[in-house]
Order: sequence, then structure tokens, then C-alpha cells
Amino acid sequence: MDFSYSDEQQMLRDSVDRYGAETWAASDRLKILAAGPEAAQRRWAEMAELGWLMLPIAEAGGGLGGGPAEVMAVMEGIGRHLMAVPYTTSCVLVPALIGGSAAGGELLERIGAGDTIAAAGFLEVDGGYDLHRVSTRAEHGADGWRLSGAKCHVEDGADANWFLVSARTAGGTDERDGIGLFLVPRTADGLGIETFRSVDSHRHARLTLDRVAAVLVGDAEGALPGIEAAVDRAIAAQLAEAVGSMEAASDATLDYLRTRQQFGVAIGSFQVLQHRMVDMVVAGEEARSMAYHATLNLDRDAPERGRAVAAGKVRVSDSGLYVGQQAVQLHGGVGISEELIVSHHLRRQMMLNLAFGPAEHHRARFAAIPA
Amino acid sequence: MNLDFDAADLAFQGEVRAFFAEGIPESWRTKVRAGLRLEPEDLIYYQRRLNDRGWGAPTWPVEYGGTGWTPTQQYIFWSEAARADAPAQFHQGLELIGPIIFTYGTPEQKAKYLPGILSLEDWWCQGYSEPGAGSDLAALRTRADRDGDHYVINGQKMWTSYAHVASHVFVLARTSQEAKRQQGISLILVDMKTPGLRIQKIPTMDEKYHTNEVFFDDVRVPVENLIGEEGKGWGYGKVLLDRERMVSAATAIFLTQTVRGIREAATRRRIGNLPLIETPGFAAKLAQYEIEVIALQTMVMRLMDDAAKGANSGPRGSMVKLRWSQLTQAGTALWVEALGPEAAQFAALGADAPGEDMPYALQGALYARVTSIYGGSSEIQHNIIARRALGL
Repeated sequence: MDFSYSDEQQMLRDSVDRYGAETWAASDRLKILAAGPEAAQRRWAEMAELGWLMLPIAEAGGGLGGGPAEVMAVMEGIGRHLMAVPYTTSCVLVPALIGGSAAGGELLERIGAGDTIAAAGFLEVDGGYDLHRVSTRAEHGADGWRLSGAKCHVEDGADANWFLVSARTAGGTDERDGIGLFLVPRTADGLGIETFRSVDSHRHARLTLDRVAAVLVGDAEGALPGIEAAVDRAIAAQLAEAVGSMEAASDATLDYLRTRQQFGVAIGSFQVLQHRMVDMVVAGEEARSMAYHATLNLDRDAPERGRAVAAGKVRVSDSGLYVGQQAVQLHGGVGISEELIVSHHLRRQMMLNLAFGPAEHHRARFAAIPA
Repeated sequence: MNLDFDAADLAFQGEVRAFFAEGIPESWRTKVRAGLRLEPEDLIYYQRRLNDRGWGAPTWPVEYGGTGWTPTQQYIFWSEAARADAPAQFHQGLELIGPIIFTYGTPEQKAKYLPGILSLEDWWCQGYSEPGAGSDLAALRTRADRDGDHYVINGQKMWTSYAHVASHVFVLARTSQEAKRQQGISLILVDMKTPGLRIQKIPTMDEKYHTNEVFFDDVRVPVENLIGEEGKGWGYGKVLLDRERMVSAATAIFLTQTVRGIREAATRRRIGNLPLIETPGFAAKLAQYEIEVIALQTMVMRLMDDAAKGANSGPRGSMVKLRWSQLTQAGTALWVEALGPEAAQFAALGADAPGEDMPYALQGALYARVTSIYGGSSEIQHNIIARRALGL
């Protein structure tokens, strides 16, 4: 039982933190977000240069073979400095989906080098956040697989050059068997891409597919368990991101309580605000504990992993929303302004709750898995 | 970073699990799960069984009859006890006065008192709170005046848990009037049979007898019963500060028992064709509760890991106490909800038997209210965290 980062992991965490403080300074945030695609590409190239993009990719796939704890070390810094980058999807989720597959080898190398970005589309409009509710069809013909259907949300998909898409090769819409995973290039004929910015400046997409030619990754009918495992890795990564963001929002708020003067005194001298601040810090401690719990159970069997990740998601979402909301509240009027970082933390926490299913979805998921 | 036990700890876990496989009566189960203390004779039996095995004081050093266990071993021990529906040990001797005696006591005091704590031949209660000194303990007014080789104690203590069972009480009393209220307070050990000492039950809403008022009228106590130096008693509680994270941790580990209590009650009760536990509303509530318990358990594991590394946990002991009391309250309340109409049938009026979990589930829910008041109320814990961790 050990909850400490190793020295190497701690160095990684520190270097991401330093990079975030320099490159994503809270005081420059509006300028950074307004800076356009070239600046975003330059920053992504810097992260590639530092080796972080290839970190979660297995060594056999040309990566550094970082495990859950290494990913956690990176994600804490991404959350702390609110780096609006597609790291979770392109560098954690996608490698977990296609690592070791024939179709994925070269793509992973290019992702790791920062030359391309990939995203994954699983959700469908009537399917809630359940990964097995797939009605997009995959049909196999003389010229290979062709996909038809729609994906209503692709997290971080706006700038992706490649999409991993789940599609039904057999069975009915709600069955767990009969789901395949397919790789589709952005330029594919018949692929419609609509792109969106979310309130946290992440860039998403939704897809329509009309007889889109696609490459099968792995088993044609048995992709679901792998998809679920990969999504659990992505969720665990985002739990660490949420913790980093929560701690930064709490730090900013504590600072404000100490310096802001009203009624002739620092507002941190008021007991009601002290107690609220304590509740924020306790929520942060619970969230950090749950991020460890989810992360350190990722390599267990599917039920144990699923319960741990679902539990982590529920409690970190509860805590993250609470901390974000209270950080805004305790800042008073300026808390809602664009200029202050706390409003950006709240927006990110709201979107993190939704990503890969909100707390409510995972509470039901947890309840359905026997202990 | 990992959640695994090493081979030695796994072997220890097997040993502890084997110990708990027997000797835990079925009749304890519901009470224990509801967070209620067992009857004194049951706690005495349990403590002696542990002590005979050499496990009477899991947190004490070996030289005083403790186990000398590592924090990980302590964690394993409590987890296995919880798993077996064994009770938490009664802790006022073990965790409150024992460590003060072995840290500040004279060799004679150690020899005289420590063995009786381990065997529970001596049952200690804590004479701290008074009618005018609750959260503000330094306002205490009970006096101990020196008269030859005796102290003469006069005053009133309140909320003295288990004074009606105890053989001894450790008392904070004023031995001199000083400008600073925390000075001039002494810690004195008193035999409950001393003339002039009288106890009176405080009836409580849970209808379980657990607390008392204690009156001191010219109670004469030999001066050798003073712990440490006269007037320095306030400071001796400091030794407990570092230990309290383990006490909080131990208590929190037992919450898994409450989860089992709720789960069984909600599995037994049916709403139409469905067990209550399968109805979406209740299932979601129980899932939320279990998840919050997991969060607290993981905080506890992090405390244990800190303790094993000799690291400072900061205010996390206070955080665990705070969250544990909230969760023991929420859990017992959810259990009562699971019982449905049966929860209203608290006690039989005639010869009829109330429902399976009654009255303990409801008694547990009522008793749980005191957990956010005693041992530093939740509001005081907030103050402590704000001051110590946040510097506010």
C-alpha cells in the first residue's frame, strides 16, 4: 500500500506543473485562448517534444510505456493549469483502444510524435452514456467495411485527423455482443463532421456516417470490453485532471480570503467563510483519494475496475462541482468574471462531470455491479 | 504507487482473518452494524479474548503490552474485525488515558494501571466536560485543593460516558487560579469508589444508557494519583493529537458494517415484486452512500500510509472524524428508511417481537447524532482545520 509518486513520477508531475505555470498562466488565459490554431499547434508540439504525448503509449508501440500513475502525474498538471488540450482522448483513450492492434501501430507513433490527433466516437443520441447502445451499422462487403449512422458527441473531436468509432456488426441495438471498433480518417467520403467549442474551450465534434469506408480494429463482434476498459482509463485520467483543477481553485480562493478586505477586515476572518473553505478542502481530499482509488484499480478485473472507476467518477464529480461553485461564490462578484481563473475552473468541472457520463450515470453503473 | 499488501502483510491478514472466523456471536451483529456499543460484559469478553492473543492494544508499543504493529498491520486488523462484524474496542482506557499514562506517568503508575486497561479489569471514563465547559473545555471549574498528601476534589462533570460501568475516572481539575485559563489545570486519576463521588444517569433520546453526570463532594484522592506535574494537565492531551488520526481511522473502517446492515435490510424488504434494493431510487441512494464510504476508507488508507512513512497528515485526522460522523449518521438513517413501517415499531408493548433489526437500527440512527458533537464537534473540527491547515 503506497500512495506516493516515485521520484521519477514526481519529477514528471513537477515538470508538467512548471510547464503549465509558464505556458498556461492564469493571468494570460484570455489571450491564450484567443490566440488561434497556430499557437495551439505550437503548444502541442512542445508537449510532444517533452515526451508527454508518447508517455502513455506502450513501448512496443513506440511510446514510453507510462502506466496509470504516470498519466495521473501529467493530468494533475493539465487540470491545475486548465490546459485545454486533447490529451485525455488522443494520448490516453486512443492508445488504450488501439494499442497492440495491426491497424493502430503507425497511427500511435504519429500521435506520440505530435504529428496527428485522434478521437473516439461512441455515444449515440438515444443511447444515454451507455457504450453498448450502438445502432450505427457496419456492413462488410467486397470493398471492406462500411459504416452508416451517427455519433452525437466526440469528446475533443473537432481537430482530430482520425476517428475511432463503435459500430454494430451483429445483434440488436442494446446487445453487448456484436460491436466492432473501426478507424476512420477525417477525410473519408460520406463522413460529416460538425464541430463545437464548449464553455471550457475544449473542441468537440459530432459525426454522421453514410457508407463510410472504415478499417476494423481487432475482433469484429467483441470490441465492447476493450472499449469499456479504455474509457475507464480516460475517466481515471480526467479524475486526476479534476483534482488538479479543484486544488488550484481552492488555492486561489484561500488566497482571496486572506487578502480581500470588507468591513475593514480580511474576509477570511469570518467563520462562515472559514467553514466553507474547509468544506472545499475536505472535498478536494476526498476527490484526490478517489482519483487514487480509480487509478490504482485500473488493472484489476472488469467488475472491480468498473466499480472503482464509477465510484471515483461519482465522488470526484460531486466534489469538483462543489469546489468550483464555492470558489466562484467566495470570490463574490468577480468570481463570475471571465478575467478570474475560478470561473474557468467551474466551467471545466461542469464539462468534466459530463465527459464519459455524469455522476448519475456512474452511480447507476456502480449499483449494477455486484461488490 | 499501489494498493497491494506485501507478503508479510498478506500472511498477517490470513492470521487475523482466522482469528475472527470464530468467537464473534451472531447476536452482536445488528448492534455492531448500527454503530452501537455492545453491553459492557460483551466488550469485556471481547477485550480479554484479544488480550489473551496479545492483541489487546493494537496501537500501543510492545513495552507496555501493546502489539507494536505497523500502521498497515493496524489497518489490516481493523479491516478484518469490521469484515467479521466484530465490534470496535472500547477506547477510553486504550486510546485516551493509556497513552497519557505510558507517556507521562511514573513507573508506579504504569505498573499499576496499564495491565488493567489491557484486560479491561479497569474500565476508565473521562471526566472532562462540565455544565459550563463543553466545546470551551478550558472554562472548567472543578477544583482539586491540596490537603496534606491528598487532593480534595469538588465540582461537577457532565457527559461522562460509561461512568456507570467504570472503575476509574481521569479528571481535569483546577489546582490553582491562573491568568491563562489553560494553566493551573491538573490531570488526576480517581477510583470511582472513592467516597463523595456520585453519578447520575442522563437519559438520552436513543433510550440507551451511555452517559452520566458525575458529582464530586470533597472527594479525597492521594497525591500520587496526579499525572505528571501539577498545573500542567492541559498539555498532556497533546500526545493524543498525533494518535487521534489512528483513532479516527479505526472508527471509520467499521463503516463497512453499516453498509452491510442497510444492504441486508433493503434486500429483505419487498416493494411489490422487487426487493427494495433493486428499486432505482433506493439503489441510487445506497450506491451514493457506499461510494462516500469508499472515499473515506481511501482517505483512511492514505492516513495509514502517511503514518507508516512518518509523514505529517496535517488536519486529515480531523477530516476523517468529520466525514465519519456524517456518514455514520447518513448510513443509520438510510437503514431506518430501508425498514419502512417496521421502523415505527420501536419496542413491543406486549409479548410481540419487533422487526428483525429493531430497536438497534433506530437506536443507532439516534445515537449517531452524538458523533458529530462528542470528541470535538463538527464545528470545532472545522475551526481546527481552518486554523491548522489553512492558517485562517
